[in-house]
Amino acid sequence: MSNINLIQETGIGEGWEPLLPGLIILLPLLGFFINGVLALWEAKKSAAIIREGNEDTTAGLNSSKAHSWPGWIGPGVIGVAFVLTLINFVRMLEGEASEPIIREYWTWMATGSLEIAAAIQIDQLAIIMVLIITGIGFLIHIFSVGYMHGDPGYPRYFAYLNLFIFFMLILVMGSNYPVMFVGWEGVGLCSYLLIGYWFDQEEKASAGKKAFIVNRIGDFGFLLAVFLLFTNLGTFDYGSIFARGEEVFEYGGPLVTTITLFFLLAAVGKSAQIPLYIWLPDAMAGPTPVSALIHAATMVTAGVYLVARSSLLFAMAPVSSAIVAGIGVFTAFFAATIALKQYDIKKVLAYSTVSQLGYMFLGVGVGAYTAGFFHLITHAFFKALLFLGAGAVIHSMHYALHQTHKDWDAQDIRNMGGLRKCMPITWITMWIATLAISGIWPFAGFFSKDEIIWMTGSIAGADNAPYPGLYTVYWVMALVTAMLTVIYMTRLMIMAFHGMNRTGSKEFGHLHEAPKHMWIPLVVLAVFSVIGGWINVSKDIQQSFLGGFGNIPMAGWLHHWLEPVTESAHHIQEIHWGAISHSAPLGGGEVAWGALSTTAALIVLIVTVWMVRSDKISVATEDSDPRGLSKVIYNKWYVDEFYGHIFIRTLQRLSKFAWRIVDIKIIDRSVGIVAGGMRALGWLASLTQSGQVNTYAFIFTVGILLIFGIVIF
Amino acid sequence: MLPESLILSALIFVIGTMGVIVRRNVIIMFLCIELQLNAVNLTFVSLSRYLGIDGQVFVFFVMTVAAAEAAVGLAIIISIFRHYGSVDVDNFRMLKW
Repeated sequence: MSNINLIQETGIGEGWEPLLPGLIILLPLLGFFINGVLALWEAKKSAAIIREGNEDTTAGLNSSKAHSWPGWIGPGVIGVAFVLTLINFVRMLEGEASEPIIREYWTWMATGSLEIAAAIQIDQLAIIMVLIITGIGFLIHIFSVGYMHGDPGYPRYFAYLNLFIFFMLILVMGSNYPVMFVGWEGVGLCSYLLIGYWFDQEEKASAGKKAFIVNRIGDFGFLLAVFLLFTNLGTFDYGSIFARGEEVFEYGGPLVTTITLFFLLAAVGKSAQIPLYIWLPDAMAGPTPVSALIHAATMVTAGVYLVARSSLLFAMAPVSSAIVAGIGVFTAFFAATIALKQYDIKKVLAYSTVSQLGYMFLGVGVGAYTAGFFHLITHAFFKALLFLGAGAVIHSMHYALHQTHKDWDAQDIRNMGGLRKCMPITWITMWIATLAISGIWPFAGFFSKDEIIWMTGSIAGADNAPYPGLYTVYWVMALVTAMLTVIYMTRLMIMAFHGMNRTGSKEFGHLHEAPKHMWIPLVVLAVFSVIGGWINVSKDIQQSFLGGFGNIPMAGWLHHWLEPVTESAHHIQEIHWGAISHSAPLGGGEVAWGALSTTAALIVLIVTVWMVRSDKISVATEDSDPRGLSKVIYNKWYVDEFYGHIFIRTLQRLSKFAWRIVDIKIIDRSVGIVAGGMRALGWLASLTQSGQVNTYAFIFTVGILLIFGIVIF
Repeated sequence: MLPESLILSALIFVIGTMGVIVRRNVIIMFLCIELQLNAVNLTFVSLSRYLGIDGQVFVFFVMTVAAAEAAVGLAIIISIFRHYGSVDVDNFRMLKW
């Protein structure tokens, strides 16, 4: 406290002063440089070994220095960044600043009226994101040390991972949209690099390309939205945009609706929502810790962050908000149905992520920015845990299958079964995450998901709700999706961990619990998956038996904490929508529906356990192909095929037309005609060039006479 | 006096020019060029009587240049003749490219 008092006396900051905020960003960059140099060095060395034709020594490379250093540097820089963030966070808690802290480092661009500063901003929203990114990022880095051990690209992996954290921090800490866009593009790049990490397999390399190209569509929306903001407000800074937005834009006007819809396009691309969600399941081609960090906990939530950050603009555009919520809830439902019939453990989790991101969109779409952001936080905990758990399972399966040279798929849950005997820690922590994602009390997911669903229902019953019927539909869909979530997660757990083992008796002996630096992150995340939801318990629930009769600590904290960021949006909403209702569309209060949903989830869970007969499951190679509706769901509603037909085939035809007709017949031909004409002219002119000196002399004389003639007469 | 000498020099110049254009023998063409130069010299000299000494001074320069040109030109002609055994300008069309 003495520090803070000192600062207040000297008047440097308002209540608190951040400690080295730039260093939080720079540390991962430093890690990237060191690991990058090591990776280049390594590549040079292994290239020399391959040239000498001595491949046995590649095994010796793994134990070399280039392979032990990244394991320290990679997690190390993130760990230090996390500690710095934590210090800042604690200071901020004590300081109670309402104004964001902005640090301007230099002028990035200055032309005419446009001036963009390379500046970072730390406020209540950003610091939570930074805590998640560095905190969970640190755990995942530690996990990676074990998971990626022995991979020939080890330093390259950590270089990319550090670079990702760097760009993600820029994304959330930028103080204006262009800086955010730098991070936005940067994380896309790192996502591409890490999905295609094993670039020697074509299918993985093209999965990276798919992610990158689909994200381009969203980036285009981001840029257009930012340009529109600039032409109307003449600035890019969050502070001035949100301060003047309310007077410049008209509530529900076409301009603000257009801007927010373009922002929505950006968010939909980054956060894998309908119609641009198709890249995320393919992104599972990357290493599993990457899926946990980038494609579950941090990068894919950037869209939600964008909407929460621009909450004022979205609050002023009820149409856009309704579309955000609609896209969210429809994606949540749609992805959950696909997850029901997937067999790849990572694919199930990928569709689950798409589905949960849909919930977050629903939250921010109905104007419950805190609830959406709250689900982002809890989801980061339990989904990272699920992915890391899946990573541990795959690691173990892969090892076992490798030992006995069986060419089965290490990720197919039909090939697992009974893993709880071999990997008890993974088993227990993954069950905790499953209960959390299923929204079962008192795990983290219950509080966040319940608040989103509750807020959707409340908005439907608000005095002047813009589309009460629509919001009621959203509410029902959200409830149904919550039950689907329970089904697919329970199915995954039962098939992977319970019943008889189907991997094979010889392989079963090789299955093992994950090493220490892999299970410790699991346990830490499991703890947060349990208590993470307690930071934001609504008043009604807090006072009832669900909140331990007011005994849950920190209840309602997040809502209060985010108020400086969201209050203006909430204010606009209150003016135009009126008071929200205190009962769900079917009647009943928050506590009743909370209790009902957790009971329903439990019942569904028990029924699913009973329905999934793990002794009836046959392994992947012997399993019969799904039929009927299951086949459609197994093939992901044929959306990829549909897109392939509509967009890719059309594009290919268009390209063919451009090539055969436009390029060859029109452009090439016209160029040929011009060239031919020039050649003919040249031939004509060359006739005068006989090489005869006399002719030249004659022409010369005539020319001179002509000039004389002109001059004299 | 002036008109006559100017007419004479013009005649010589035209003869020289026609020679360069019409004749094919390089030596003749060369002589015709000399004719042109000397026609100009004659003009200079005749005009110097009325316009001052400058014209006569200029004639010396022209003669010097003509001498140098003759030396170089004849050397080229000789070497062409040694190479091809001919001084007919129709055979030498290398200037085309």
